[in-house]
Amino acid sequence: MSLPPARYSFGGDEHIFVELNHDMSLEAFFKGMSITNAIAQRKIAGVTEICPANASYQVRFDPDLIAPDKLMEILKSIEIELGDGALELNTRIIEIPVLYNDPWTNETQQRFRERHQDPTSTDLEYGARINGYANVDAFIAAHAASPWFVSMVGFVAGLPFMFQMVERAKQIQVPKYLRPRTDTPKLTIGHGGCFGCIYSVRGAGGYQMFGITPAPIFDPQQSLPYVKDFMVFFRPGDIVKFKPINRSEYDAALVKVQDGSFDLRIREVKFSLQDFIKDPSAYNQQLTETLYGN
Amino acid sequence: MAIKVLQAGLATTVQDAGRIGYYHLGIPLSGALDQYSFRAANLLVGNSEDAATLEITMLGPKLEFMHDAAIALTGANLPAKLDGVAIPGNQVIAVKAGSVLSFDFLKDGARGYLAVAGGIDVPEVLGSRSTYTLGAIGGFCGRKLQAGDVLPVGAFQGPSHIGRKLPDHLKQALPKQVQVRVLPGLYFHWLTQASGKSFFEDTWRVGPEADRIGYRFKHGRPLEFEPRERPFGAGSDPSNIVDAGYPIGSIQVPGGLEPIVLHRDAVSGGGYAMIGTVISADMDVVAQLQPNFQTQFVAVDMAQALSARVKRNQRLVDLRQALLN
Repeated sequence: MSLPPARYSFGGDEHIFVELNHDMSLEAFFKGMSITNAIAQRKIAGVTEICPANASYQVRFDPDLIAPDKLMEILKSIEIELGDGALELNTRIIEIPVLYNDPWTNETQQRFRERHQDPTSTDLEYGARINGYANVDAFIAAHAASPWFVSMVGFVAGLPFMFQMVERAKQIQVPKYLRPRTDTPKLTIGHGGCFGCIYSVRGAGGYQMFGITPAPIFDPQQSLPYVKDFMVFFRPGDIVKFKPINRSEYDAALVKVQDGSFDLRIREVKFSLQDFIKDPSAYNQQLTETLYGN
Repeated sequence: MAIKVLQAGLATTVQDAGRIGYYHLGIPLSGALDQYSFRAANLLVGNSEDAATLEITMLGPKLEFMHDAAIALTGANLPAKLDGVAIPGNQVIAVKAGSVLSFDFLKDGARGYLAVAGGIDVPEVLGSRSTYTLGAIGGFCGRKLQAGDVLPVGAFQGPSHIGRKLPDHLKQALPKQVQVRVLPGLYFHWLTQASGKSFFEDTWRVGPEADRIGYRFKHGRPLEFEPRERPFGAGSDPSNIVDAGYPIGSIQVPGGLEPIVLHRDAVSGGGYAMIGTVISADMDVVAQLQPNFQTQFVAVDMAQALSARVKRNQRLVDLRQALLN
């Protein structure tokens, strides 16, 4: 799939916003990754933030150091040089344990039921029904079956947006709450539009809530092994595989989080967009083998 | 060298020039919302202009100084008292160990800046002392101040500037009705022509939800989006886009109802179409708006935005010339 040329717009006098495509797709995400990597490598004086997103990116800059028009010309020239961008990515695949249908997100849902499309269902029941699954268990199985691409990190500190790695027709889609909640438990597994997320901190949110993970993903104290390098765990391009766990496994994991011995299963992997598109389910099988092999 | 917090005030936080380089991971710029007043307070007491200060929002704290100090208050007109006796703002005041600084009700503006000679000496996190409340990092324990906190103050080496005043022409203006200049763009073209006009015609009022993350505006006509095919993955509302990065200062209008101007603690991205961005020169103006203040958004082009920025930069040069001696 070839993308149309990107659309460039100034966000005031300090940002350039680049929409790579209206629609979300892995192609748009890959194009954004390759362009933002190239921008970072150029070390352009005056550029202070380079932020890849799902199907767009933005750059923040100091117009006292580089003229807005000049920077926009540079960004356009990088797009032309790279074409549709790199199609391979050296990244990591990560297992995230999830207690689906947990008591905490269920309790939170009940407090904000009047803000939901269907106040008589739970978020899981609603998601299962509108996506054509027979029941909540089948829906959870589909959610956990295939890996997800981290296509953006942000909203609040370290929150990953995740794009399900299946054909478009199979992707889970749900609307956001009619009005955002003022509360979401920390480490809730959420879903809005076609995107999954993990709420890195407690706070407001509009995504449907399906479960909770015991694994901290934003840790300013950096107490766990996988955040020793940096307090934010996820990077755009990471691949996530959810693993359903039960309550006693969840509780055991929390004890390990408390004593600092909790760790995540993480493996290095090379992802090829072309190979994935040829046969997503076979490719996902390979990815899973990489995760669970030695 | 410390300050004891007796009462916290509404939302008092440690802020400096901000935290650069982590917006792509959802950690925003943070820092003093009114950067001009923040810099003026530091320069008055003889600090480097980006030293950490206290940002005081609407309702002031009550602070006990545990050492002799020199302080200056800038920004909002927040009448201050030292041991019950009124003291002027925009001027360097000597404080004796054991003295208590308190505040009367806010008169003009929304945010005051308290600089202490030596600076608030909390540890730097990712290159800044600024508080980012949502992420619970920076500042004092990653949060707004609470009664009982003891704030460390840095050692001050320079000469004393007790009694020095900020010249009148260099004080922050604090009008109740403001014009905020906006560069239309981003998803502005998604609005109907009528809504693209009405946004700039209507007088908006600041809503009660106005904080460091963003300012919400009310009382203008609802904005409508042109009908269009929903982008895949965006969600079902006409104001939804595929979740994207938000420029600081960008204006989003969830459901077309209430425009939100993101400020320095911005959520770094999300799924609402942005219709333009407040120019950098006017972000300090937004920082001093109180709920219910009237705001007119004025469309400008990039040349106007840059010339406003040049003027604002010159004002900072004037400030430094007046105070760096």
